[in-house]
Amino acid sequence: MRIACPYCGERSLDEYLYSGDATVRRPDFASPTAQADFVKYVYERKNSPGQHRELWYHAAGCHAWLVVTRDVSTHIITAVEPAKDVALGTASSMKDTA
Amino acid sequence: MASEHYSIFSVLREALRGHKGWQPQWRDAAPQKDYDVVIVGGGGHGLATAFYLAKVYGIKRIAVVEKGWIGGGNVGRNTTIVRSNYLLPGNIPFYEMSLKMWEQLEQELNYNAMVSQRGVLNLYHSDAQRDAFARRGNSMRLHGVDAELLDQQAVRKMVPFLNYENGRFPIHGGLLQRRGGTVRHDAVAWGYARAADQLGVDIIQNCEVRGFRIEDDKVVGVETTRGFIGAKKVGLAVAGSSSRVAAMAGLRLPIESHVLQAFVTEAIKPFIDCVVTFGAGHFYISQSDKGGLVFGGDLDGYNSYAQRGNLPVVEDVCEGGMALMPRIGRVRLLRHWGGIMDMSMDGSPIIDRTPVPGLYLNAGWCYGGFKATPASGLCFAHLLASDTTHKTAAAYRLDRFATGHAIDEKGMGPQPNLH
Repeated sequence: MRIACPYCGERSLDEYLYSGDATVRRPDFASPTAQADFVKYVYERKNSPGQHRELWYHAAGCHAWLVVTRDVSTHIITAVEPAKDVALGTASSMKDTA
Repeated sequence: MASEHYSIFSVLREALRGHKGWQPQWRDAAPQKDYDVVIVGGGGHGLATAFYLAKVYGIKRIAVVEKGWIGGGNVGRNTTIVRSNYLLPGNIPFYEMSLKMWEQLEQELNYNAMVSQRGVLNLYHSDAQRDAFARRGNSMRLHGVDAELLDQQAVRKMVPFLNYENGRFPIHGGLLQRRGGTVRHDAVAWGYARAADQLGVDIIQNCEVRGFRIEDDKVVGVETTRGFIGAKKVGLAVAGSSSRVAAMAGLRLPIESHVLQAFVTEAIKPFIDCVVTFGAGHFYISQSDKGGLVFGGDLDGYNSYAQRGNLPVVEDVCEGGMALMPRIGRVRLLRHWGGIMDMSMDGSPIIDRTPVPGLYLNAGWCYGGFKATPASGLCFAHLLASDTTHKTAAAYRLDRFATGHAIDEKGMGPQPNLH
């Protein structure tokens, strides 16, 4: 398994740090259900086999945060996008589905 | 139902008649219409649970359903180490009970599980690490568990061939638990399966659970590849796949599945007579009775259901091994493989009811599940039989994350890949 950083090209896994599920979103702390929402956000994960959107940090490279789409049953990577583009909704995968 | 008793006499008898009289160790049971308790997962924990349910709690109609075959999952993929060198109050009594049960296991099951209390030695490489290990050892001793803090000289006497003068990570000493050791992992699965079968438990192999039947908000059985099986209570013991199976009942667990790799070398002459762990990286090693060096290291660190890992961790593990004992450098690897770990958010397991009545959960064993097998089985059986938590496993609640009672042995926070 190697990750193709959009800025640096394909690099070995040991250049990257893993930071888990990229689909969880920090809830609104002012919401009346904030306590339960934060438990879900911090602790509970879907963790299903198949496609997984996850955060990787290119620590020994360009320091970019990336959102990698990978099949956790086969380790096949289908997309690597800068996390910033994903957060702003400008990632190419999002344009395709728009 | 097989009922032959294993002893020196049965071995001699069979030796004299060409080993033609051995019976299968458990029946190949077909599913009945319904059971009092159905346990999903025929690994060590599931089989142990079935055994203690029948033996200690007197439950009569029990089935274990397994999607593959007995001993084909994580119980056959671990590195066979047993120990109870834990730090936190929620953990120590549980793992110590488990170690005491290992000490009695072979008599209890009438099965040779090759329990070998050869000692587990955790090395320390700095003053700070020595202090941390002293604290752990003190915590163990306060709970009545054996622990000895060794200086470098004492470690040299035990394992003279380590690289004590490693420039970056000199070995200063170690924390030794003499009662720790190894157990033949497959034999644990087979021994529990045979003993449970003798008590009437149906072990149903090649039977995958595809869903739960829930009526009036209560579980009434499991849908399997071999049809519907009714159950008053269903217990999940499917570590590695807990999230996937629990999702069929609408649950979302505080667990991520990660891959952990392990390695075994070609057989060599007797070399290491205890379990040694490298404190400056993540590397642990022991030698099997067949002669192979069995070793492993850290998780790969990313979510995976693939049962195989990647080369950077292989390299990291081998570097740890070479830093610790350079003389293994020319030994060739025979096999290496991966297993899927239920990594919980605090590194500790869960033995508890679920929000779905009738559905019980045994999960989150991270990469420490093998040593817990007997105690996990007993505590889960207690929960299934009595609907109350066993006092030794009282801390392993599913809601501890919401209530702030996480048991974070390594102090890593909710980062499953760091536990």
